[in-house]
Amino acid sequence: MATTTLNAKPQAACAPARSLWQRQRWLILRRSSQVLILLAFLTGPWFGLWIAKGNLSSSLTLGVLPLTDPLLVLQTLLTGHVPYSSALIGAAIVLGFYLLVGGRVFCSWACPVNVVTDAAAWTRRRLGIKTGRVPDAATRYWLLGGLLVAAAVTGTLAWEWVNPVSLLHRGLIFGMGGGLFVIGGIFIYDLLVASRGWCGHLCPMGAFYGLLGKKALLRVAAPNRKACDDCMDCFAVCPEPQVIRPALKRVGQESPLILAADCTTCGRCIDVCDKQVFKMTHRFDQRSE
Amino acid sequence: MDSGRKPARSPSDAPPASAARRKFINSVAAAAGGGCLLALGAGLYSRSAAALPAQALRPPGALPEHDFLAACVRCGLCVRDCPYDTLKLSDLGDPVATGTPYFHARQVPCEMCEDIPCVKACPTGALDRALTDINKAQMGLAALVDHESCLNFLGLRCDVCYRVCPVIDKAITLETQHNPRSDRHAMLLPTVHSDACTGCGKCEKSCVLPVAAIKVFPRVLAQGALPAHYRKGWEEKARHGGSLIGEQVEMPVRGFDGPTAGRSATETVVAPHAPAPDIPVAPSVPAAPPPKGAGGLNSKWKP
Repeated sequence: MATTTLNAKPQAACAPARSLWQRQRWLILRRSSQVLILLAFLTGPWFGLWIAKGNLSSSLTLGVLPLTDPLLVLQTLLTGHVPYSSALIGAAIVLGFYLLVGGRVFCSWACPVNVVTDAAAWTRRRLGIKTGRVPDAATRYWLLGGLLVAAAVTGTLAWEWVNPVSLLHRGLIFGMGGGLFVIGGIFIYDLLVASRGWCGHLCPMGAFYGLLGKKALLRVAAPNRKACDDCMDCFAVCPEPQVIRPALKRVGQESPLILAADCTTCGRCIDVCDKQVFKMTHRFDQRSE
Repeated sequence: MDSGRKPARSPSDAPPASAARRKFINSVAAAAGGGCLLALGAGLYSRSAAALPAQALRPPGALPEHDFLAACVRCGLCVRDCPYDTLKLSDLGDPVATGTPYFHARQVPCEMCEDIPCVKACPTGALDRALTDINKAQMGLAALVDHESCLNFLGLRCDVCYRVCPVIDKAITLETQHNPRSDRHAMLLPTVHSDACTGCGKCEKSCVLPVAAIKVFPRVLAQGALPAHYRKGWEEKARHGGSLIGEQVEMPVRGFDGPTAGRSATETVVAPHAPAPDIPVAPSVPAAPPPKGAGGLNSKWKP
């Protein structure tokens, strides 16, 4: 996958050539993470080598480690059902991990829909599609509230009927039928209707994990921001472009850290920046050159 | 920005506060409306899809359907631990709630593992761990729905559903009845007993017909219920060791021909077709030859 630019400005022309690894490091790591997570669930049914059973909704790894989606457990509690301790412990582990590391790390490093929407965004940039109408980014919070209310009112996990995230992950592991239409719909929506529409504006799971990660440790920072030549490459590839400006251009903050909860810590900005403005760091790293 | 978003506001004249407020309210309303609409849609869809289709059975220990749909997180751990690949997860568009486990008895029935691994695997309690004896599972209830095609009802000795039943002689018994068509044979009718049937589906799976005559349904579909205040007289009588309302005057039944004519209503009928040449069964018509074809008496058949 070639790197693309917003302003039709080839990267190689204006910078000393960087190797493929330097230009795609975080993308390769991220895709590896997504594939490895999927493979952990698939080696069992494929080769009889069981690493993780279940799916992202709830799983058991190596027969000992329970992991459960905390949003799902929250909905279950709202329906009035108290799950067994294994689900609660699993949810607590996941909750702790994302609170500490970064909520939307889930979105860019684990979620399978991310690959679909990244592909849609890449295609959209490549084809130069500018059409469509982007919904308000707050829609996801309303949707999050709506699905919690729906769980409490209907007494069932209503969102799970249509949740594309669990639909895709479950489909990849257990076989897919009608779920393909939902995933195809998201691709087309992101491609033609709204740039980064699903992950950046609608997905209530992303909204939930974003809230979790408000104070998380793992952050992208722009310590070398004075080297920025305003090529806009980072804005072009960033799934949540609004998060970059405060750190890069000192808008409302002095810190070079990208602190917005919307940041998925995907590291694409680090990859595409020829001036190597960005780096992956931790919350307390205030160094800026 | 990368998208075709319109500029937030025209730079020439800063909009007054009211315009900004209107824009804010508009965007919030749009987001709220869109969000609520989507959530509502999902909720409504879930309601319409919440009815379990007739032939889809839940794993053993499953909570009642509505509670099950609150508890099941659709992780598939029960499916993974099912050693016979009986269970499967439904997909979007299937008649079963998206992602939840179920099985079709005719395809792969439940083998009723003694350790019930599917229940142990469930992390949420959608499959209730209170179920420790698989014979107490109530996945469904078998019903012999087609009396016209069942070979035993045709007078043959198929008995397959009876023989494969893991709770043989409790969940399915063979009830002997006179065969009125041949008039000289017995019919051994497979009869399901709801107190012992687990709904495993072995009977439906093994029914030899191209389309099974015995089928397993979720209990809500297959089972009726008596009004709560009903008592069965004969059970009460047996429990109390005698009639609760004292001795009754027994009136003979009149106006009927046939084997029960003249008996009192409470008299136990034994061997209704036993030949009774010397006892006048109908005292009102003594010595009259029984009419042809009346209840099949005196068919002159000799072995």
